Amino acid sequence: MPFNEEFVLRNRPRMEKIIDQSFQNLVLLMASMVAIILLGILTVIFLGSTESIARYGFKFLVQSEWNPVNDQYGAFTAIYGTLLTSLASLTLAIPLGVGTAIFITENFIHHKLRNIIGVMVELLAAIPSVVLGLWAVYIMEPFLRPSFLLIHKYLGWIPLFGSEPLGPGVAPAIIVLSIMILPIITSISRDSLNQVPKKLREASYGIGSTRWITIFRVILPAAISSITGGILLALGRAMGETMAVTMIIGNSNTFNFSIFSPGYTISAMLANQFGEADGNQVSSLMYAALVLMILTLTVNIFAQWMVKKLSLKY
Amino acid sequence: MTNNKLSFNYSSKRNITEFIFTFLSAFASIIVLMPLIFIIIYVIIKGGSELNLSLLTQLPEPPGDDLNNAGGVGNAIIGTFIVTLLAALISIPIGVGGGIYLAEYSLKGPFSKFIRFGANVLSGVPSIIAGVFIYGIIVSTRIILGSNFSAIAGGLALSILMIPTIIKTTDEGLKLVSNDLRKASIGIGASKFITIIRITLPAAFNSISTGIVLAIARASGETAPLIFTALFSFYWPSGNDMLLQPLATLSVLIYNFAMEPYEAQNQLAWGASFLLVTLILFINLLARWLSNKTMEK
Repeated sequence: MPFNEEFVLRNRPRMEKIIDQSFQNLVLLMASMVAIILLGILTVIFLGSTESIARYGFKFLVQSEWNPVNDQYGAFTAIYGTLLTSLASLTLAIPLGVGTAIFITENFIHHKLRNIIGVMVELLAAIPSVVLGLWAVYIMEPFLRPSFLLIHKYLGWIPLFGSEPLGPGVAPAIIVLSIMILPIITSISRDSLNQVPKKLREASYGIGSTRWITIFRVILPAAISSITGGILLALGRAMGETMAVTMIIGNSNTFNFSIFSPGYTISAMLANQFGEADGNQVSSLMYAALVLMILTLTVNIFAQWMVKKLSLKY
Repeated sequence: MTNNKLSFNYSSKRNITEFIFTFLSAFASIIVLMPLIFIIIYVIIKGGSELNLSLLTQLPEPPGDDLNNAGGVGNAIIGTFIVTLLAALISIPIGVGGGIYLAEYSLKGPFSKFIRFGANVLSGVPSIIAGVFIYGIIVSTRIILGSNFSAIAGGLALSILMIPTIIKTTDEGLKLVSNDLRKASIGIGASKFITIIRITLPAAFNSISTGIVLAIARASGETAPLIFTALFSFYWPSGNDMLLQPLATLSVLIYNFAMEPYEAQNQLAWGASFLLVTLILFINLLARWLSNKTMEK
């Protein structure tokens, strides 16, 4: 069929243009919501804490007295608790998580069994933290207490184990936290180990190295950047984790070196006191929230930078 | 035989080291799996034994009223659904819309780089901070019709946690749609809007819905953003202004009642845990099924 003479170049109807343009503006607005929310969070928390910042300044970070009656606030115990619990749980979780990731990426066992382990690890991540807290308070802590008592009995001369474990405390909180971050470390390590090119492994076997020499000298170094990124993400999660920690850490603002005594983290303090606080206490809690926000933001941004900067190698 | 260099020598230093490390990594996997197994077992034993009709249909009793009976969690089940639904209604349009902008309109600009970065940062913000934020702008200012703690505030707090996940999965899902489809659609005269709505979104439907379902699964178990936004209630949600009233949810009920000194309330917390874990595992299986369907395509 030859070209129809009636064929004319059709202008797009005005309505179509308007719809197109307004749709684009609408989705642009929605994408901007991410930035708006982030800035909003920072603004609200910063404005809320200005009063307390002006009053206590940096002393807030190094004093541990928290006394609503005398209007004296210092968050040292909570900040120390946040850093201690997250770093200690990371130390526990890294070898276990990376070890598991190696176990389910190498062909030690049938691949169906490996998949099942992978799915189970992901399911562990799906358990709500409040349920984990309930389990920790009523099952895990009573179960672990005898071994804590044993540690206290024989190593009690070290300040870290200096007080008698009587129930909720920092040590069970560390263990619960490491359970919570294990899935993150394991699944990110597993993904990055899977992405290491097969050639590297074959070359290593070809020149006569054993399986574990290949893992330690070839595969892990190749995947280390994204594993580190995953570990940093887990650190950020551990710092902000609230419910399970609030339930098991004992919520005490008295500073104590021993990990068997009750302690506090910033997020636990917020969960416990924010609902009933007023006046200066609100602004001090906001100040603590600001500290937490800065800590997690730094860790998260660093993690992203790390993944981006170093993952381009392969 | 020991002198035969070609046979496997079990006692050589190198093979023993190999065995030790294999054993250690297997041991690590077992330790990692143990908590999951123990949690599931205890939730089933202690929570499943609480399961009966009154758990599902009755209201919780205020702690200390009746030492032998704590009632049920009926209002908390409904509350969890309401607050999750609210959060989904807020976050799905924003998340999918934002993802569309990133993948369809501005694939590589500095703005989309910044938004992608922002979505990653936002997903790392502690959930309690989302609660503090909503408390600061909505609960304490009573900005929504003078209401204080409300279901809407709770829904908003949860939506902050869902938005980054949905944006990221929409973005990823749309990026996987073949460019040929877009060109073909534009080529036969469809506008960009029609192309997105009729061609690319349906093509990416499975991966986007997987992301949404995963975000819902995470949100329905969250407690920290709700404890001072939706608060808790001992009554059924009712009346025209029920979204402006405090609302009970399963997760906050578990938190409140687990910390009570009364045995009956603690039992109720285990029962609620059983329901919540069942719900979340079910939603997760749904997401897994959806993503498997995507793989098959």
